[in-house]
Amino acid sequence: MVKNKTIRIDKHGFYGKFGGAYIPEMLFGNVEELRLCYNEVINTSEFQMKFRSLLKDYVGRPSPLYFAERLSEKYKTQIYLKREDLNHTGAHKINNTIGQILMAKHLGKTRIIAETGAGQHGVATATVCALQGLECIVFMGEIDIKRQAPNVARMKMLGAEVRPATSGSKTLKDATNEAIRDWINNPSDTHYIIGSVVGPHPYPDMVAQFQSVISEEMKWQLQEQVGRDYPDYIIACVGGGSNAAGAYYHYLNEPTVKLVAVEAAGLGVETGESAATSVLGTEGIIHGSKTLLMQTKDGQIIEPYSLSAGLDYPGIGPMHAHLIQSGRASTYSVTDNEALAAALELTRLEGIIPALESAHAFASLKKQNFRDSDVIVVNLSGRGDKDLDTYTKFLNKHE
Amino acid sequence: MNKLIELFKNKERDILNIYFTAGYPKLDSTGHILKRLDQNKVDIIEIGMPYSDPLADGPTIQASGAKALENGMHLDLLFQQIDSIRPSLKHASLILMGYYNQVLQFGPQKFFRQCKAVGIDGLILPDLPLHEYESEYKDLFDELDLGISFLITPQTPDTRIKKIDKLSKGFIYMVSSASITGAQKEVNDIQLDYYKRINALELNNPRLIGFGISDNKSFKTACQYAQGAIIGSAFIRALSDAQNLELGIDNFVKNIRVSDLEAKSI
Repeated sequence: MVKNKTIRIDKHGFYGKFGGAYIPEMLFGNVEELRLCYNEVINTSEFQMKFRSLLKDYVGRPSPLYFAERLSEKYKTQIYLKREDLNHTGAHKINNTIGQILMAKHLGKTRIIAETGAGQHGVATATVCALQGLECIVFMGEIDIKRQAPNVARMKMLGAEVRPATSGSKTLKDATNEAIRDWINNPSDTHYIIGSVVGPHPYPDMVAQFQSVISEEMKWQLQEQVGRDYPDYIIACVGGGSNAAGAYYHYLNEPTVKLVAVEAAGLGVETGESAATSVLGTEGIIHGSKTLLMQTKDGQIIEPYSLSAGLDYPGIGPMHAHLIQSGRASTYSVTDNEALAAALELTRLEGIIPALESAHAFASLKKQNFRDSDVIVVNLSGRGDKDLDTYTKFLNKHE
Repeated sequence: MNKLIELFKNKERDILNIYFTAGYPKLDSTGHILKRLDQNKVDIIEIGMPYSDPLADGPTIQASGAKALENGMHLDLLFQQIDSIRPSLKHASLILMGYYNQVLQFGPQKFFRQCKAVGIDGLILPDLPLHEYESEYKDLFDELDLGISFLITPQTPDTRIKKIDKLSKGFIYMVSSASITGAQKEVNDIQLDYYKRINALELNNPRLIGFGISDNKSFKTACQYAQGAIIGSAFIRALSDAQNLELGIDNFVKNIRVSDLEAKSI
């Protein structure tokens, strides 16, 4: 391997030219406090012991690596599903919130804020706050509150306050803005649990580290089941990109493993109603980091569109921007309808209803050429209970 | 000499800096507001470049930015507007405030040179990191004799404040408390302690206090602890409420500046 191609983060929080911390001074203290302690804390045995034990006994890890026989037959290759959908709260998001709530406790914070799109991260945050007895406020776009009602109800039952973000597009981007503003206003007692590998350094790296348990397990699970500890392909959907970051993490510097990032094309990449950031995005700054984002030539951030609230984000984690621009990861764009069809296909072939976000990853299978012997891991990042309304509408139209 | 430096040299206290969002309430309001503020002898006018995601601003300024963008404001037009009104301004120094992404997309070299060309005296870019300014742009700022103001907050450690002092040129923007603009009404003891601590550091740059300065009382208090103060959200609200833009501006500035005696009778 060529040495300068190694994928790693530098001391200023950059992956190549992407990342960093572009934040107003009012956030500097909070972010700096986190930056100075996160790596040290994460690597202590005390932290690891608490983190690991909660992942095992509370979240239910390791999540299975399941050989999807009928799906494999259909695509004439060997497809394994990393079952993050089986985690407590129904998605990969809890891996990160467990890590961050322990970090918040270590920092002596008593109040937790978070943003959420589909509501999965909000639920995962409300869950760990209930577990640790901390106050929890979740910012959620007004539109997302309407389209993800079951998750709103879950957050409330868990004791969290769901605060509607009413500015801009009233979706994930604006919920994130509101959360950041709240953090500016509450600089001493509050920790902000970001839900993806986005935001100012050290968030992208810290969240990736917490999610890296996904690929850590994949290694030994593949060794057991396939006889080698690496696959040929890892396929994951990418909004901000935290499930993908976790699924890629331990293979970033193994170039034989092909990393595939699947983005939401919405109604289609060319339609103006899309969230395919790697195609439509240009270099810029969003939520404190330099990355690829959808913007006008004047630098105004464009409202993205995807039927899936979890992929409806105009940026992408800086690590992914680097992986994509350097050619380390390849990308596919999947439309709403392709994702819906893929969700139905997985349900009927394997008896698993995926989250609409994860369904995007499955929809990319059609677009790729695999060999019979290829080992493919699709990260099944979440379950589809929250999307039943959407799926029912689709079914009524097509069956 | 940079106009800002000159200003602080000639006037050591009660400096009034007023912020407004370009293109609000109407697309062509920019020139009218600049002209009227200048006629009212406002010392520094801070022109906000409307932005879709203004993280450091509160709801009032964000809403004015959204309206300005809806009105069709964009940077080329803003530079034209400033360029055409600048020669008729007799008094005020001009500051441009915005977010780093706007500068990046315009092209930083082109942007800063354009600022100089239309008569901007200084910049505030709250999310431009200090080290990036130092390594990428400081030489250009020196060459163009452009001012730049970095922010400090009650949480900023002394060592960092000294670094900010070294890199700022014109004045330091002193955030009254760690809060977004327009969020608070009164100056409290913690803030007073902070103002005193900063004064004791004997910095090279003068300071203007911003965030939460909304009326005569908060302006006067701020002026006791710094060379002056910055008013943003309260002015935007006044613009929103004004039946007549010019009269609204006259009244607002007059009310900020009334002497203590008159203030008591208001």
